Amino acid sequence: MIALLDLQDASTFPSRRDEDWKYTDVRRWLREVPPPSPSAAVQGGGPFFGLGGEALTFVNGTAVGADHSTAFGDQIVRLRFVSDANDTGHSAVATIGVRPGGHLTLLESHEGHGSGYVCHNRLIIQVPAGARVERIVLVDEPEDALSVTQAEVTLGQGGAYSQTILTTGAKLQRLETRLKHPGEGAAVRIDAAYLLAGKRHADLTTEVDHVGGEGQTDQLTKGVVRDEARGVFQGRIIVREGADGTDARMGHHALITSDRGEVDAKPELEIYADDVSCAHGNTIGALDESALFYMEQRGIPTDEARALLTQAFLMQVVDRIDHDGARERCRAWLDDHLDPFSPRGRRWAAEPLG
Amino acid sequence: MLSISNLSVTVADKPILKGLTLDVPAGEVHAIMGPNGAGKSTLGYALAGRPNYEITGGSASWRGEDLLNLEPAERAAKGLYLSFQYPVEIPGVPALTFVRAAVNAQRKARGEAEMSAPEFLKAARAAAAALKMDFDMLKRPLNVGFSGGEKKRMEVLQMALLQPSMLILDETDSGLDIDALKVVADGVNALRSPERSMLVITHYQRLLDYIKPDRVHVLAGGRIVASGGPELALELEAEGYDKFLPEAA
Repeated sequence: MIALLDLQDASTFPSRRDEDWKYTDVRRWLREVPPPSPSAAVQGGGPFFGLGGEALTFVNGTAVGADHSTAFGDQIVRLRFVSDANDTGHSAVATIGVRPGGHLTLLESHEGHGSGYVCHNRLIIQVPAGARVERIVLVDEPEDALSVTQAEVTLGQGGAYSQTILTTGAKLQRLETRLKHPGEGAAVRIDAAYLLAGKRHADLTTEVDHVGGEGQTDQLTKGVVRDEARGVFQGRIIVREGADGTDARMGHHALITSDRGEVDAKPELEIYADDVSCAHGNTIGALDESALFYMEQRGIPTDEARALLTQAFLMQVVDRIDHDGARERCRAWLDDHLDPFSPRGRRWAAEPLG
Repeated sequence: MLSISNLSVTVADKPILKGLTLDVPAGEVHAIMGPNGAGKSTLGYALAGRPNYEITGGSASWRGEDLLNLEPAERAAKGLYLSFQYPVEIPGVPALTFVRAAVNAQRKARGEAEMSAPEFLKAARAAAAALKMDFDMLKRPLNVGFSGGEKKRMEVLQMALLQPSMLILDETDSGLDIDALKVVADGVNALRSPERSMLVITHYQRLLDYIKPDRVHVLAGGRIVASGGPELALELEAEGYDKFLPEAA
């Protein structure tokens, strides 16, 4: 295990020699401490603005107001990591808590502007006994940004934590979640979808550590990769000795729609308890050619057929979001990124199937 | 008129159609019958433009326009509809969403106005009722978990909504019990019109009791080897295809 990543200390930059970072080699792109990002003004309300709640905003690593939040009752917090920098670096640390029995919807956005920036976000989320947190993350960053977001989640007995990340990647991007699972009736859902084009890279790494029995984890990650993009999924579920009655399932399914796209998947179940129910499934394939032809035969042009199939594939992840408004927002986000007629979606449709 | 001349098609380097010639005038229904492996499904796929069905010779045109150089979706917009022997399941795409996308894509390609959602829903409800289909089924992902009969009804429902001018029915009777067959045949017959042509591909004569052809052709060894009126189908039913098999020819 390497020391915690610190943008101020180049000796902490991980490389492919670190087992946990073998597909996401930070050192290949970043050898020296980047110059600090300047302060910048925040614009707009972010992709979740319409859903209300209080905002916790970081711009180039600096908190605009508070850098932590504790929710009680039933609450929405919009956590915004805004980057607006060129060839500089910044870090942020946010702490999110909930009162016991509280219910928090955490709407997190990574809003990248500028180019070539490096950012590192740390997120500490505490979910005490009986509390519920649903974290929904939309990530839009420039193709030449390097970003690492590391979330550490602690969960109390009978608590519930759900997470859905949607990302389009960056030059090098890692979204990591480490969760300590107490068992004892606590439930975890940990999902993600990645949609990568060009030379983008997204790494979804998770570790769920079941230290107590009778806990549940349900994980679904889906991705679509085209051009020369690269998707990485590393999912580890640990079931410690004595964590009997654990029920854990993990699924990772990816489509590669070009010759040079790549997906590296490393699903791991480490089980040290006897009486557990654990399963994992991992598939990597191409779009179904017979479905494509069927759709074209009915008059749907190739590009549109491809977008429809891709959307249907990824929408399964979005459909699992509990919060109605956030689910609709995420559906719209996917539509926007896939619609062959939208400027952003067009690059999805532009290239023939490899 | 659908006009096919000397068409040769190769699939995975294997010649399947070897100089097939056939005309289906507007308003007529022609049946293609033949033994297994004769190339019946290949004819439908080649006309619809399925990838890997390589045209090695000949031509095919619809209403005087060359079909073979068009993309599959362009052929569909020109009115060509292939009812699949095995309709494909499309997970995650509700049947209604799919058909509406198809209807509007075709309209757009023809430079027509798109159908509004209420307009489309009204038409879809009427089409489902005519085919004795539960409308709620259309909210489910297309063909996923549908029975064989439900899938065939879904094919006919799409025909009713897309209103194609050239229909190719590939073994539309397979997997249907007699009641479902009548419903499906009624749906197809409702589309018969002086402007529409139909090519009914079938192995058995049974379907032709319900969809009455004007002409019957026998496809064997990659060519049309005999043509006649509806009585030819009865003859085949009684005598089998033996005399048309390449060995016997």
